Amino acid sequence: MHLPSVDSFIVITVIKVVVVFAVLMTVLAYLQWVERKVIAHIQVRPGPYRVGPHGLLQPLADVIKLITKEDLVPPHVNKPLYILAPFLAITMALLSIAVIPFGPKITVDGYQTYMQLTDLNIGVLFILAVSSMGVYGIALAGWSSNNKYSLLGGLRSSAQMVSYELPLSLAITAPLLISNTLDLRVLVERQAGGMWHWNILHGPFPQIFGFLIFMIAGFAETNRIPFDLPEAENELVAGFHTEYSSMKFASFFMAEYANMITVSCMATLLFLGGWVAPWPAEYGSSFVPVAIFAVAGVVALYHGMNPARRRDRLTFPAVGVIFLLIAAVFLLPMVQQWLLPLFWFCAKTGAILFVYIWIRGTLPRFRYDQLMSFAWKFLFPVAMLNLLVTGFLVALRP
Amino acid sequence: MDVILFLVFAILAVVCAINVVVQTHPISSAISLVGVMGSLAVLYLLLGAEFLAAAQVIVYAGAVMVLFVFVIMLLNAGKEGKKGHSLMVQLLGVPLFVAFLALMVFFVQRLFPTTTMVHFGGFTGGGVREIGRALFTTYLLPFEVTSILVLIAILGAIVLARKEMD
Repeated sequence: MHLPSVDSFIVITVIKVVVVFAVLMTVLAYLQWVERKVIAHIQVRPGPYRVGPHGLLQPLADVIKLITKEDLVPPHVNKPLYILAPFLAITMALLSIAVIPFGPKITVDGYQTYMQLTDLNIGVLFILAVSSMGVYGIALAGWSSNNKYSLLGGLRSSAQMVSYELPLSLAITAPLLISNTLDLRVLVERQAGGMWHWNILHGPFPQIFGFLIFMIAGFAETNRIPFDLPEAENELVAGFHTEYSSMKFASFFMAEYANMITVSCMATLLFLGGWVAPWPAEYGSSFVPVAIFAVAGVVALYHGMNPARRRDRLTFPAVGVIFLLIAAVFLLPMVQQWLLPLFWFCAKTGAILFVYIWIRGTLPRFRYDQLMSFAWKFLFPVAMLNLLVTGFLVALRP
Repeated sequence: MDVILFLVFAILAVVCAINVVVQTHPISSAISLVGVMGSLAVLYLLLGAEFLAAAQVIVYAGAVMVLFVFVIMLLNAGKEGKKGHSLMVQLLGVPLFVAFLALMVFFVQRLFPTTTMVHFGGFTGGGVREIGRALFTTYLLPFEVTSILVLIAILGAIVLARKEMD
């Protein structure tokens, strides 16, 4: 096994950056489609349906719409900061993906590489630092727009993000104590060996409360319902991005979704064991994706045999064959080493993202004073207590 | 590579620091100060102190300066007007500044002899483990005293804010 030279290191890094960036952008666009579809079905309506089959081309249409719209800069804004704000928001939101590991060390054509852009030994701190810088984008957008609704939105969001950063950081600290590292990759490797080794279930103190605190604070950090006071439309028009149009508006939108993805990835890595399968491979966990895709394919084929509508005779068998092909790909031993970890990582992150959307469809918005007293009088003490108990039990661990 | 990065971020830090003083609007000054903090964090990173760099960004840029910006936004502070300089400032300003710089250079030369050069990435004691150990063993008393000092400052702020409300 020879170590990669500098040249191949650069080539591999460029390839990884391109792949991760392309996938992230696609996921950002389609996350919004998934959100609209799921909320539509919660509210018993079809959702996007016109552009492409089941509205699948809707994100593309939205992107074209946003790019071609006129980029309006209102005359009363503070121009340098007005332009800087969306740039800051999107940069800080996309930066944190650089340290997130998607899988273990893999060997491609003799080269060993991590499924991660950079392996930072203080990855957790890096993500905290970057996400704490993300507040500036929103605060400056609200202030520089020179509009009272924007200013109120910016103020609300900066107060909220500063307050919820404390329980978030405390909730992150507890699993770090158990795993005894700040390196995200090592963190996952210490949770290997099945569900009962994940930090959410693993002793000395299972981090169930830590996970819940992290999720609640994460919702507040990303300004999502029920904590989306900064953009409460019935009070503040659109909050901090009222005066923004075209791609500047889109970058705030993308930043929000990128932050959602980061929080979900962090929850997966810290509490749910990252890319580790729920039970070891010797009990057949590597056949779970095969079984899921095969069953989906067979169901689709069955519906193709008994079509309810005319076009189902063509579409359902095609979808079924695609699912069966994916199931077959999961059986190939040479791609299994990276496809299986990727499957489990995406499944866990996707489940958390689904909870995000689900909660948006079910819960109403908080009142602002409730939001603040909840953070300081309930969430912060509970997070502190969780950290203290975890710390004591880790110290007593033989 | 290290030298280029050092030069870029050192110049950025100095430019931002001058900008803090020159800008008339408080928000622009605060944002420039964030730039200074960020550049300093990169300089720490170049020297090999990753934890210090992350702490610099989290504490100063991410917490302290966010509160600054928040307070400026809340008070809606406007632009500061430029006043005419007094005669004393005009006469003595530049000579005093030069004298101050000369003194700084002199003391730096005297206190840090040039035999021990700083190397990029040469600092190895900057890991989380080493800093944690140092804080909780060697420097335990100063660490705890500092935290009590911060607590006293918070209590003082609360007392002051209470008085105004009554």
